[in-house]
Amino acid sequence: MAKGDPGGTTRSRRAAPRSRKGAAGDPALVQLLTPEGERIDSATGPDGTEYRVDFTDEEYRGLYRDLVLVRKLDAEATALQRQGELGLWASLLGQEAAQVGSGRALRTQDMAFPTYREHGVLYCRGIDPIMPLGLFRGVDQGGWDPNEFKFNMYTIVIGAQTLHATGYAMGITIDGKTGTDDGEAAIAYFGDGATSQGDVNEAFVWASVFNAPLVFFCQNNQYAISEPLERQTRVPLYQRAAGFGFPGVRVDGNDVLATYAVTRTALDNARLGQGPSLIEAYTYRMGAHTTSDDPTRYRIASEVEAWQAKDPIARVKAFLEKQKIADAGFFAEVDEQARRESVHLRERVLEMPNPEPVTMFDNVYPNGSPLLDEQRAKFSRYMESFEGSVH
Amino acid sequence: MATETLTIGKALNTGLRRALENDPKVIIMGEDVGKLGGVFRITDGLQKDFGDQRVIDTPLAESGIIGTAVGLAIRGYRPVCEIQFDGFVYPAYDQIVSQVAKMHYRSGGRLSIPMVIRIPFGGGIGAVEHHSESPEAYFAHTAGLKVVTCSNPQDAYVMIQQAIASDDPIVFLEPKRRYWEKGQVDLEAPLADAYPLHSARVVRPGTDVTVLAYGPMVRTCLEAATAAAEDGRELEVIDLRSLSPLDLTAAYESVKRTGRAVVVHEAPSNIGLGAELAARITEECFYSLESPVLRVTGFDIPYPAARVEEEFLPDLDRVLDAVDRSFGW
Repeated sequence: MAKGDPGGTTRSRRAAPRSRKGAAGDPALVQLLTPEGERIDSATGPDGTEYRVDFTDEEYRGLYRDLVLVRKLDAEATALQRQGELGLWASLLGQEAAQVGSGRALRTQDMAFPTYREHGVLYCRGIDPIMPLGLFRGVDQGGWDPNEFKFNMYTIVIGAQTLHATGYAMGITIDGKTGTDDGEAAIAYFGDGATSQGDVNEAFVWASVFNAPLVFFCQNNQYAISEPLERQTRVPLYQRAAGFGFPGVRVDGNDVLATYAVTRTALDNARLGQGPSLIEAYTYRMGAHTTSDDPTRYRIASEVEAWQAKDPIARVKAFLEKQKIADAGFFAEVDEQARRESVHLRERVLEMPNPEPVTMFDNVYPNGSPLLDEQRAKFSRYMESFEGSVH
Repeated sequence: MATETLTIGKALNTGLRRALENDPKVIIMGEDVGKLGGVFRITDGLQKDFGDQRVIDTPLAESGIIGTAVGLAIRGYRPVCEIQFDGFVYPAYDQIVSQVAKMHYRSGGRLSIPMVIRIPFGGGIGAVEHHSESPEAYFAHTAGLKVVTCSNPQDAYVMIQQAIASDDPIVFLEPKRRYWEKGQVDLEAPLADAYPLHSARVVRPGTDVTVLAYGPMVRTCLEAATAAAEDGRELEVIDLRSLSPLDLTAAYESVKRTGRAVVVHEAPSNIGLGAELAARITEECFYSLESPVLRVTGFDIPYPAARVEEEFLPDLDRVLDAVDRSFGW
């Protein structure tokens, strides 16, 4: 779906027309939907760019559906881990708007480079949500085709993928695929902790000097496992971009509309040949870093409660209700779909077969290796040497 | 056969030129590879002829070179990355080991990273720290990477083209102190008919001791063989060429004839390639061995100051000493 495309739908304005520079309490924050569900017509970024969205009612409902589904599937994965069905899970709880907003802003031809937490973006790319569960269950390393869906493999080493995205974007330029409305762009996802990594800073340098068509999308969820933002930076992260020579903007990452608008603009600038930019999606990791983490050891309940009040889904629901874009029947139907899909996901996870052990030797080299052929053969003979072996 | 006399450096340069001509997806990138032609001039003239989008002067950060090359590879390019010196590869080590080596595996075979990482390696040029190291074992130990090295101009010309044409990620080690050594190169023979990249080659037949070497040490061992012949001992010298995967078919056959083996490399001995070679030869040729497999290597110290590197590096006399010890067993 291409949200924000000018459509033929005519409709009356839902919210009183107004415009603001930044959001209340934080003049730098681009926001189009307040935590109370109040719609802001347009917002201005630090460089004067004006951000707005122009969605049909159907599209607003679609975004809400995405957010609810993504959260429900994530919760199901967490439950599966707690029941011993996954080895680990990195929950996106709290970051749904940052991921759906940016994920839906991508066009078909755009390429995304995720971390290991971008389940919401993965969903928006049309990839079966079962895929990352294979990785976290330990049956494979992620089963999707990066080129088919334009969504690379999850990268677990912090920040490494920002360089891959930069190189990919350089390739877009070399291919001559920028400079037009239907040009290509790439997006690199990373977190606040990653901004301390050398690779991320090298990616900033490369993207800048090669004018790569790339959006650096930083989900600042305030924590790198236990370490708060203050341990990574003394300046707001979006301001780092200035030192590298490209624009940076901070968006309310719990606001799906603003995140969409800001990402869409950054991607379009990139595809038009105007180079890279940095988006800091200001959000909060409501859950643990992963299921192996215990956030009660390093953050206080009142902080979590304060962010609970800025929930990315509640504000969309409030907006849809207030503006009568959706009724109780719609919300019930979405909940039912989410329930159905999560049950389906669970069933499929439980049915996931373990891989045949000998397949661990597959796909090490495109051209194979005599050393591996020998080891594989020896391993197979060894396995066959056991009584009752089916191998 | 139309041959030309070329140095190893010029043979590499010519091979890179051929690769750029033959495949528009080949891209060269690294520090100073453009206008300057590289600090060793291996990419001399290539940017002038192929443009700065195919021969790219990169910012000065090794992880960035390899990391962006991964992205270019995913986009369909075949990047040839130059790391200026062996001791400067470590900032890129994470990208090489965790990304380049594992992307094909991670993606279940859906992605390939057809990348060549060229590294001038080894000592003997009187350089300061970090300019004389032999890091091959780090890469040969890493599944998903292949590692090759050349010892003469003909191999340099052919192997660099084979490495670029391969879909596997390949660490291509260049014996920097041999860059200026000359030899005959056949520039006409089709690449498809060339000697296979991941195959060892007997470079001097002999009957008494099998000597295994690669890269800069091949010449040292050939000189030792000439000297030994004067003493009535015939060394069979094998140039391994591929360090991962190792091709030991010829080595096994040789050791079964000679009963003795000496492994020579510049890298320190501890947990090095020599240990792997000794273990495999022992396992395969146990009943033929007249003496243990011996190693002639650099010492287990950081690469020393240039004025003592002659004593650090294996030379003709240390190879002959090992041959004597093998016979004295």
